[in-house]
Amino acid sequence: MSTYSKEHKLYLQKQKKEKRLVTISRLMIVILFLVIWELLSKYNVINSFLSSRPSEVLKTIITLWQENTLFMHIGITIYEVLLSFAIATIIGFVVATILWRYEILAKIIDPFLTILNSLPKVALGPLIIIWVGASINSIIFMSLLISTFITIITIYQGFKKTPTTYITLLKTMNANNIQIFTKAVLPSNIPTILNALKINISMSLIGVIMGELLVSKSGLGYLIMYGSQVFNINMVITGVVILGIISYIMYFLVEYLENYIKRKRGL
Amino acid sequence: MNNILEVKNLKKTFHTKDGEIQALENVSFELKDQEFVSIIGPSGCGKSTILSILANLEPKSSGTINIKDKKIGYMLQQDSLFEWKTVLENCMLGLELEKKATKENKEKVIKLLETYGLKDFINEYPNHLSGGMRQRVALIRTLATTPDILLLDEALSALDYQSRLAISDDIYKIMKKEKKTVIMVTHDIAEAISMSDRIIVLSKRPAIVKKIYDINLSNKSTPIENRKCKEFSILYDKIWRDLDVHI
Repeated sequence: MSTYSKEHKLYLQKQKKEKRLVTISRLMIVILFLVIWELLSKYNVINSFLSSRPSEVLKTIITLWQENTLFMHIGITIYEVLLSFAIATIIGFVVATILWRYEILAKIIDPFLTILNSLPKVALGPLIIIWVGASINSIIFMSLLISTFITIITIYQGFKKTPTTYITLLKTMNANNIQIFTKAVLPSNIPTILNALKINISMSLIGVIMGELLVSKSGLGYLIMYGSQVFNINMVITGVVILGIISYIMYFLVEYLENYIKRKRGL
Repeated sequence: MNNILEVKNLKKTFHTKDGEIQALENVSFELKDQEFVSIIGPSGCGKSTILSILANLEPKSSGTINIKDKKIGYMLQQDSLFEWKTVLENCMLGLELEKKATKENKEKVIKLLETYGLKDFINEYPNHLSGGMRQRVALIRTLATTPDILLLDEALSALDYQSRLAISDDIYKIMKKEKKTVIMVTHDIAEAISMSDRIIVLSKRPAIVKKIYDINLSNKSTPIENRKCKEFSILYDKIWRDLDVHI
């Protein structure tokens, strides 16, 4: 497209420049943070035994990798997160649909949903182990407790806010409830659902780590828990750093999906 | 006479938590084939309620409605186009719901879009269209299911004045060409006179039929031209007095 005016080219240049600035600044923050951390602990300004240091974290990662346990821990955690994410998404979607269809039901259970959602689930930890058993099931259960209710609430709120003109329009065309759902409620709520997925994936990760802290023999939560029990701070920080990277990648993937769908729908 | 729609003693009461509101007291009228009738009345008098009842969106409180096997199409004030569907897909909506989205019907809809000036926008998304064009798409979406009677519910009020004049001309021509019977609810006196064969004037709430005007303009042609007729201002004045607006 060489037919753009000079002004437009300048505009595009400015946009590009801004994007580059954002990327570079982000990288700079990470590098600066790591360098300062490393230097502070190297010259004993901060106690490296208590706060670890980047080079030690790197060493720990390499050791774990050499022991063939690095990807085992990461894999287990990701598997649990995805499992919980999938179950919470399905339950959230189905329940939200039922609540949309039977408004009276939504009215009845509204306070219970709110209470269940805001309940501090960690407090239930020991109980969950007794109820579900000390296994991966407890981890998934804990994660579901944390992610499901918010998913239900987010999707249901979206369904409820479907523009009434869409629904009126379909009614003038004699549409039945299923048609109203599939033609208007669902497609107009794709952004809401994607948003719910974003919340859900973060919540599932938090839930799984909380579950792993309670009961597990592997996974990043286990690594963190084990590290703190044997007072190996390097291991704790390593676990946290890997978690951070995973959560960013997962969020990025959902956002990528979001943009892809937006483009496909011509928005 | 060949009435295709008869409404007798229609009554409608709305119930809310704070009490009941009588919207329609007693409304009777009939519609002849291919007639263009406007319903006009003070704001909040229940004009749109009549259409909602005719389209089965609202139950009536009492009265009789006699629609002889005629199919009804409803055009709302908001175009309500689905942003995630193209113009063509939006227009196919009614046919899809009726499970009649056949290839032949699709061809028909495409032909309608081409005939009424939307040829270049068939595969565009609605957010690329102007307000007037969107309303034209909404009209074709309504026509796609081939209704006999069209209900236009303030269908043009959301548009700016100039688009409104232009589209009222378009709609009028389309309705005459497609040989449709139309009931249009509007608050715009000039729009009603310029487009209609008859005008039903409603009273304030609870509404009764106050007067019915037969519009016999000398040298009647298109809505924009009709505004130049000498009877226009006289009718305008009469209807304005009937509406009895005090603010």
